[in-house]
Amino acid sequence: MLSPTQSQTTSWQDTATQVAQAIRRRVLEHVILNNGGYLSQACSAAETLATLYTRIMHLDVSQAPLIPGPFAGVPGPNNPHAFSGAAYNGRPDPALDRFIFSPAHYVLVLYTTLIEVGRLAPEALREFNKDGSTVEMIGAEHSPGMEVTSGSLAQALSQAAGIAMARKLRGETGKVWVYMSDGEFQSGQTWETIAAITFHKLDNIGIYVDVNQQQCDGSMASVLNIEPLDERIRGFGAHVVKVDGHDVEALAAPAEAWPEGKPLVVLAYTNPWQGIDLLRSRAPKLHYVRFSGAEERQRYADFLTTLQ
Amino acid sequence: MDLLTRVHAQNLVDWARDKPEVVVLSADLTSSTEIDLFRDTYPKRFFSMGMAEQNMMSFAGGLAREGFFPFVHTFAVFMYRRALDQISMSIAYPNLPVRMFGFLPGITTPGGVTHQAIDDIAVLRAIPNMTLLECGDATDVESVLDVAQAVNGPVYVRMLRGEIPRLFDAGEPLRLNQARVLSTGSDITLLSTGICTEEAMRATSVLQSRGVSIQHLHVSTLKPFSDPTVLEALAQPRYGVITMENHSIIGGLGTAVAELMAEHGIARKLVRIGLKDTYAHGASRDYLMHEYGLDALALVRQVETLLNTSLKIDEGDLAAVRLIAVHSSAKAEAL
Repeated sequence: MLSPTQSQTTSWQDTATQVAQAIRRRVLEHVILNNGGYLSQACSAAETLATLYTRIMHLDVSQAPLIPGPFAGVPGPNNPHAFSGAAYNGRPDPALDRFIFSPAHYVLVLYTTLIEVGRLAPEALREFNKDGSTVEMIGAEHSPGMEVTSGSLAQALSQAAGIAMARKLRGETGKVWVYMSDGEFQSGQTWETIAAITFHKLDNIGIYVDVNQQQCDGSMASVLNIEPLDERIRGFGAHVVKVDGHDVEALAAPAEAWPEGKPLVVLAYTNPWQGIDLLRSRAPKLHYVRFSGAEERQRYADFLTTLQ
Repeated sequence: MDLLTRVHAQNLVDWARDKPEVVVLSADLTSSTEIDLFRDTYPKRFFSMGMAEQNMMSFAGGLAREGFFPFVHTFAVFMYRRALDQISMSIAYPNLPVRMFGFLPGITTPGGVTHQAIDDIAVLRAIPNMTLLECGDATDVESVLDVAQAVNGPVYVRMLRGEIPRLFDAGEPLRLNQARVLSTGSDITLLSTGICTEEAMRATSVLQSRGVSIQHLHVSTLKPFSDPTVLEALAQPRYGVITMENHSIIGGLGTAVAELMAEHGIARKLVRIGLKDTYAHGASRDYLMHEYGLDALALVRQVETLLNTSLKIDEGDLAAVRLIAVHSSAKAEAL
């Protein structure tokens, strides 16, 4: 976790990089402890989520407990206690940003990011995938850091677009940031939304896409190719930037050079075994890591000890 | 009986005048769902979403999270069939106040199987947090907006357009979970919804003149379904209960009534008039109502079966069925 003094004495680039490294390390530790998990998503997403939380997004301090409470029931007319995981991103405020997290299966990486930026206690991960907990394996809107229920992929961007439209109607200056996975560009709804946000000129919505080029069945190029993604999205009228998704400066730059009248799409090209080279041998089956036995698990444990 | 034209078009504009938080979304069926006047009157509150229902439904969820009240308009089929997951996950799960107006319910369209929402109530009744309403006349159409807007959560309305009869006093608005009692009687309890109520009313007057005592209720709330008046009426009839709906007999009004009767141990025969587990095809509404047994005559025949007698009523005895030309001036286009 970042200490307050650390953030004052180091550059933002160092901070973001350190947070990213810490995310990768903690997710690896968790996956070893649980004998499996969404590890490659931490490899690809670490720098983007770290940069979003430490540099790009303007968020309020967390309004939620460091250790999440138990599940308070599904939303409904008779449940005033339903909890929103958005509280971990602070109060909504006209001048502040909002964060919409789309790939709900990446949520372990989001929980870990919240830990590394001090919005969640490390002990919160003990609740992961436990009965009655909100720290679910596939997060929903009650899970820390999540505002909408996005596990049925490609719906979060539409919901974020509705939120962005509402904020425009109210004249709010804060942005709506969306984190997505590239697999969601196989879904028709994503393209419906890209068409809508460009047509309606929603220039308050900024989308970071983890282009790790992997999906459940294997490499996206072998399952259903979506490239050239930048040209396709640009063809719809969005402002599209391709960056190295492990370079925090490259990730942060497009957010500061965002032309008026267009939604921003940052395609963060990433490596699904970045920082954990051991994973490479599992390609193209990287979606979920389940160790083949004690021996493989030990190899990862040994590697963990080499990380700071 | 008065026939009114494009009731929703003007009503929505008048109703929304002092409600700036009400916004309207259209999926390329703006005049077909009578929101062209709204678009022209309040252009800043009207959003053209194109033929993209999945995005439209989730987008509406996003607007609703921010305190707006999205009034989503399209044909019923395209809403619940094309975007069911989006309705479930982006609207119903978070219990957001999105108002969904599904036009052309059941066989009210000559558009054929692709355009006929014959199982929307069945599908959406199973979705938690949903409220389901169905309009049967101009008074229902005029008053459904207040009822929908008072609900804390998503509402789906089976809506009518074009030429609509006024069956109920304009001063007697639709009320949530409260059936309209159209006649009282002790032989048969008849519950009808939507356009079937008009059809049923044609038959009930003739039936009553032949000595059949009918308790007729018009149901406009299909979920929740816990109206004490309905429950009381189900327990009363000497011969049985009949439901009549412009929908599959599976999952709609007939099923809701069957569940209520079973749960309360009401041992009465139940006859469900509706589409008998079948799709329909493209033809006029009156033809289809007759062909699929949803009309006044079908009701008469079912009453005769329950009473085990012939009432010697034929088509000529029933009031002339209201005829609307397929290309009526009241409609923006054939579809």
